[in-house]
Amino acid sequence: MTASAMSLLVGAALLANFPAPAQIRAGFNLSGMWSSMYHEDELERTDPGSPAGDYLGIPINDDDRLRADTWDADLISVLEHQCIPHSAIYAMRAPSNLKISTVDDPTTGQIVAFIIDGTYTGPRTIWLDARPHPSQFAAHTWAGFSTGAWEGDTLRVETTHIKAGYLRRNGIAFSDQATLTEFWDLHDKYLTLTSIAEDPVYLTEPLVRTESWVWNPYQVFQPIAGFGACLPHPELAKPAGWIPHHLPGTNTVTREFSEQYGVPFEAARGGAETMYPEYQKKLKQMAIPHPKVFEAKFGREHSDAPAEKRP
Amino acid sequence: MRVVASILLLGLAALVSAQEPAPLEVLKVRGNVYMVASPMGNVTVQVGRDPGHDGVLLVDSGPAASSGRILAEIRKLTAEPIRYILNTSADADHTGGNEQIAKPDARPYYVPPDVSVFGHDNVLARMSAPESGVPAAAWPTLTFYDTKVFEFNGETVQVFAEKNAHTDGDSVVLFRGSNVLSAGDVFLTTGYPVIDLKRGGSIQGEIRALNHILELTVPHAMQEGGTMVIPGHGRLCDQADVVEYRDMLTIIRDRVADLMQKGKSLEEVKAARPTRDYDRRYSTTGWTGDMLIDAIYRSLKGK
Repeated sequence: MTASAMSLLVGAALLANFPAPAQIRAGFNLSGMWSSMYHEDELERTDPGSPAGDYLGIPINDDDRLRADTWDADLISVLEHQCIPHSAIYAMRAPSNLKISTVDDPTTGQIVAFIIDGTYTGPRTIWLDARPHPSQFAAHTWAGFSTGAWEGDTLRVETTHIKAGYLRRNGIAFSDQATLTEFWDLHDKYLTLTSIAEDPVYLTEPLVRTESWVWNPYQVFQPIAGFGACLPHPELAKPAGWIPHHLPGTNTVTREFSEQYGVPFEAARGGAETMYPEYQKKLKQMAIPHPKVFEAKFGREHSDAPAEKRP
Repeated sequence: MRVVASILLLGLAALVSAQEPAPLEVLKVRGNVYMVASPMGNVTVQVGRDPGHDGVLLVDSGPAASSGRILAEIRKLTAEPIRYILNTSADADHTGGNEQIAKPDARPYYVPPDVSVFGHDNVLARMSAPESGVPAAAWPTLTFYDTKVFEFNGETVQVFAEKNAHTDGDSVVLFRGSNVLSAGDVFLTTGYPVIDLKRGGSIQGEIRALNHILELTVPHAMQEGGTMVIPGHGRLCDQADVVEYRDMLTIIRDRVADLMQKGKSLEEVKAARPTRDYDRRYSTTGWTGDMLIDAIYRSLKGK
């Protein structure tokens, strides 16, 4: 018997006498540095953001359409609006290079919560210890109150107690009655979030969106929200209580998205129907405006192109 | 027989359920301040940290039917004597417990009744009016017109009259040390503000009051936290929630004013539905968007 055969036998005997401790594996550890990927909905999520009047693909009702139509971008210059961050429902869209850490039970070493930082909402805690959500009388926050549980290798997160905010940065509102259900999945080095926002006040159907991140241990993390990150300062001399908004039916800016991007105005008005592939059939029946923004872009990029190739 | 018995049992269960009082919840807000919350309205409770110190101060006393249970919740927080009840308006759901909570046998000590309950001058005027039917034992015994400032439980308490807002007797209370503001019915999360024109309320006064609350409150960071705001009804809030509410009301006021400027009648203004985008959130059966439009229209019209 060789020495290695002897070692194997001894090893096997040891294993037989000392059974491995029961291992309960639930999900994966999200902690680490994650760089955001903006391949989905890039224009909406990065600069310049959604143009005014772009409600495409959002299941809003008529009430929310009116909220968005009467929204005025000047609102951000109002002192009390200057430091309002994205809330949990929008925050993961961008900017969101994440640092995810854990809160551990000091005795058992088990993960009690994940803390997600790197969005405008600031650190957001997802409790995994089955604690109940706060009472109906508890305060709402931008991050809301989140609890998570593993469903196989998917982390399911339920968030309530979210302050009223926006679904897009163009005035599409959600109410403080909205809730968020999220599913976190890991595929190799990619982290994918599927979120489902529901709002009995402004949405006729759940709004489903996805975002992805790539593992990046070299990422230099810089928190973008938190104490001192924003201090309001008067920018314009305006009377106290000034709230910029458009009166119903007077906002002509809402037509620009349709005209600039070549999207039929009716489609740009959004609604649940515009989320589904079947809507393409209806789109084909509509007159498509000439997309001015692409013309201009083409003109800039091909100013030396022969005249016959210019649009 | 069984069917009849089942129906009777179901009826009995429904009766018991209908009579079941609204549940109370006590939330620690900040510092010395707690909120006793229920669907019937909120009571703010300020307690002293040192036994034998000043005692307990209440902002509003809740509806009469709840006063026993409110008292029981206060007693779970402290055994210290109740010294003050500040009424933010003359409404029965904010003053209904005055008599029960302030009467001597509800307290293990003697407090001169002339300092136990106070509110704006017009709160006394409303409650003591012959048609009010409110017993004298429930009336404020100390009144103010503009502001009232004093120290209690180791912190400065500021009471500000919010003139002609929800009514002509509204006030808000700021606990400076605890950094909590109790807003009364000037600010609600459960519906539109009730602009009670018959009792001196006005839309301009209501918006002025909300803007005043924004001046008195300071967020901690990213427009969150800092001064906490206890609404007359609904959940605990901070400045951002008041901003959302102030914006909503200002926008509706501006829409109504614009339609009036165009010569529209009240019926035409209502038909234009200027509250439409907020009704699903704030319109209630007791105070609908239509009622709010009516009040804003008449308030702006000055009648």
